[in-house]
Amino acid sequence: MDVEILARVQFAFTAAFHYIYPPMSIGLGIVLVIMEAMYLRTKQLIYKQITKFWVKIFALTFAIGVATGIVMEFEFGTNWATYSRYVGDVFGSPLAAEGIFAFFLESGFLAILVFGWNRVGPKTHFISTIMVALGATLSSVWIVVANSWMQTPAGFHIVGEGMNARAEITDFWAVVFNPSSMQRLGHVILGAWLTGAFVVISISAYYLRKKLYEEFAIRSMKIGLIVAFVAMTLQFVSGHASGSGVAKNQPEKLAAMEGHFEANAPADLYLFGWVDTESQKVKGIAIPNMLSFLIHGDTNTPVKGLNAFPKEDRPPVQTTFQFYHLMLFAAFLMTVILGAAGWFWYRGKLWTNKTMLSILTLSVVLPHIANQSGWFAAEIGRQPWIVYKMLRTSDGLSKSVTANQVLSSLIMFTLVYLLLFALFLFLLNEKVKAGPFAKTNLSEEYRDTGNQVAPWVNRITRERVEQDTE
Amino acid sequence: MDLNIFAFILVGVLLTGYAILDGFDLGVGSLHLFAKGDRERRILLNSIGPVWDGNEVWLVTGGGALFAAFPHVYASVFSAFYDAFMLLLLVLIFRAISIEFRSKYPSPTWRKSWDIAFSISSYLIALLAGIALGNIVVGVPLDKNHELHTNVLNLITPYTLLVGITTVALFMMHGAIYLLMKTEGEIQSKVRIWVQNAMIFFIMCYVSLSMITLLYVPHMADKLREQPLFFVVALINMFAVANIPREITKNRPTYAFVSSSVNILCLMSLFAIGLFPNIVPAVDPSNSLNIYNSASSAKTLRTILIFALLGTPVVLAYTISIYWIYRGKVKLDEMSY
Repeated sequence: MDVEILARVQFAFTAAFHYIYPPMSIGLGIVLVIMEAMYLRTKQLIYKQITKFWVKIFALTFAIGVATGIVMEFEFGTNWATYSRYVGDVFGSPLAAEGIFAFFLESGFLAILVFGWNRVGPKTHFISTIMVALGATLSSVWIVVANSWMQTPAGFHIVGEGMNARAEITDFWAVVFNPSSMQRLGHVILGAWLTGAFVVISISAYYLRKKLYEEFAIRSMKIGLIVAFVAMTLQFVSGHASGSGVAKNQPEKLAAMEGHFEANAPADLYLFGWVDTESQKVKGIAIPNMLSFLIHGDTNTPVKGLNAFPKEDRPPVQTTFQFYHLMLFAAFLMTVILGAAGWFWYRGKLWTNKTMLSILTLSVVLPHIANQSGWFAAEIGRQPWIVYKMLRTSDGLSKSVTANQVLSSLIMFTLVYLLLFALFLFLLNEKVKAGPFAKTNLSEEYRDTGNQVAPWVNRITRERVEQDTE
Repeated sequence: MDLNIFAFILVGVLLTGYAILDGFDLGVGSLHLFAKGDRERRILLNSIGPVWDGNEVWLVTGGGALFAAFPHVYASVFSAFYDAFMLLLLVLIFRAISIEFRSKYPSPTWRKSWDIAFSISSYLIALLAGIALGNIVVGVPLDKNHELHTNVLNLITPYTLLVGITTVALFMMHGAIYLLMKTEGEIQSKVRIWVQNAMIFFIMCYVSLSMITLLYVPHMADKLREQPLFFVVALINMFAVANIPREITKNRPTYAFVSSSVNILCLMSLFAIGLFPNIVPAVDPSNSLNIYNSASSAKTLRTILIFALLGTPVVLAYTISIYWIYRGKVKLDEMSY
């Protein structure tokens, strides 16, 4: 195998694995802010316990996010040295900004969020929670800005020629607000909110199905569901904006997403299908001319197809199409599930309906599928370019790195990440099994609220005693 | 001031910040296996628990700033030392997850395995960082396109290995002094012995490295001869090192820790002064990467300057507050590692 394929596989694998974690941290960050705000507002102890439990889950996802994130920071230089020289003047600044403005904030205040419960007052703690959530979100801002610049480069000019050509910045704000960055940022952040919300929904549904910690689970799930409802609704708006943006900025990518070949004809919207690249047809179920309608508001307006572009500039059609449709399918399932959950909630049956609770427990994978497949569609759809219409992926590699070196590191990352993932699932399972009141010093908690102990505390104490005696 | 010089100083400050702050985390890691029993090891772990993650950010931000300000250095060094960087990433991953995972499950085998992983990764991070610095000091065989084709094993020479071992010793001493501040009672008396041994280990390395550098890589001292003012840095360095045992004897661990931090600051400054204006000296001097031929445009350097001016006061303010909140001896509670 050649260096290019290996380097691409390694980058895709390390980035995809890393991206399991940051969306959970960003989403849980928002959820934690809401939970702790509820605690400060209502002064009810249960909300403190809710916050503390989800902080533990947050800390676990955050740790793996940090451990795998540092790989990304170095990998541009190790595997894509020519790319790094070419774009460093533009691309480096967002990465530096991420460090200075996001990572320090996030990791600094994490110290108080996780370990500071007995060290600072409730208000300072709450501010720290907000800062951690803000840091996580800001980090996504700079990364999406950097990636969007690769999709829709702006605010630069090319200096030098041939081997020495490189992009030089002319307008920093044009780089930040490049044509696709804000649409894509909205899409990414809403995806992260959904991911965090579904983690809360899933674990709470599991407890309810097992009839454990019901008060805790119902209150957590309500918060999770509300965040998910809001994010899902907004995601439709954002998804539409992103789609229109792709149509305008990267028409080849849109054509590949929908398997639309004809250079200049109205385009259909496929629900699912299989692209036959030979006959340039898609076998599947489509809404005729719907893509034209979605983009131009008119079913008869033509959409540029793949044949309008030179063969060497077209992205791989099948993979782009399938990943894009997988994302849509996951979004569709989430919408249906959330709709059903909303209906059961309204009828007052959500907390006891075993089937619905089982579905909600499993649904945690859906936002991950949507995140991953969405990114795969976006990145494969940008090919053959590493920087759209500026630098080809094959020209961005490191000149001094050999195929064997990349193969070895790829094997290393595969083994280490499989181990990490297994350990993550194991520890998550342990945390969930141990429950929200594990290792919590209740006598100390009582002191917090003085005499105003809510009736449910007795039940919690009972559960705790039962657990301890098990 | 010249923007390129400013960018050189900024990257230097970030990496020095990393060495001082994560330095004691790595030192604690290298001492970890000398602590016996779960409670002692948890105290060590929790002495760095709330802060290690923020300390590592100095490295990540240093990497980002290097990419932004000197993309050719970032590209050349990271791709040339590919295998070394992959190993560094591996141990950075293991260091992070062993701290996080160790105490999350009560099995003794589980905890012992992570203790070993934590300690070995801490040693290796320090050793690799030192070997990398050593290679920069002696110069690397860059070609005229600033590419380097070399076997990773060629990077390990007696000299670079000595720099690596000195780094391990430096962090060990730094971490032991940090632990002296953070512990009390029985464990503290144990730490006191570690501090003594680590000081001897470091001072032996420090003296031999200084002599060998002056003998075999005399160009590192050129600037000191040209500009006697820089000699003051070397003097402060010596006094800082000498002050550490003095403060330990007087039982003032905080002052000893400040001295140890000044020591690291001086060592990094001497390193930077010796290199300047090069960042990666090549064996053939005309192929060296310096602060001009490897830098981004003035516009980008100015952007980074603005980032630094906006970011630094804020970052320092809350970093100091967080260290203030966690001042005093380690106390284990229900949220501890």
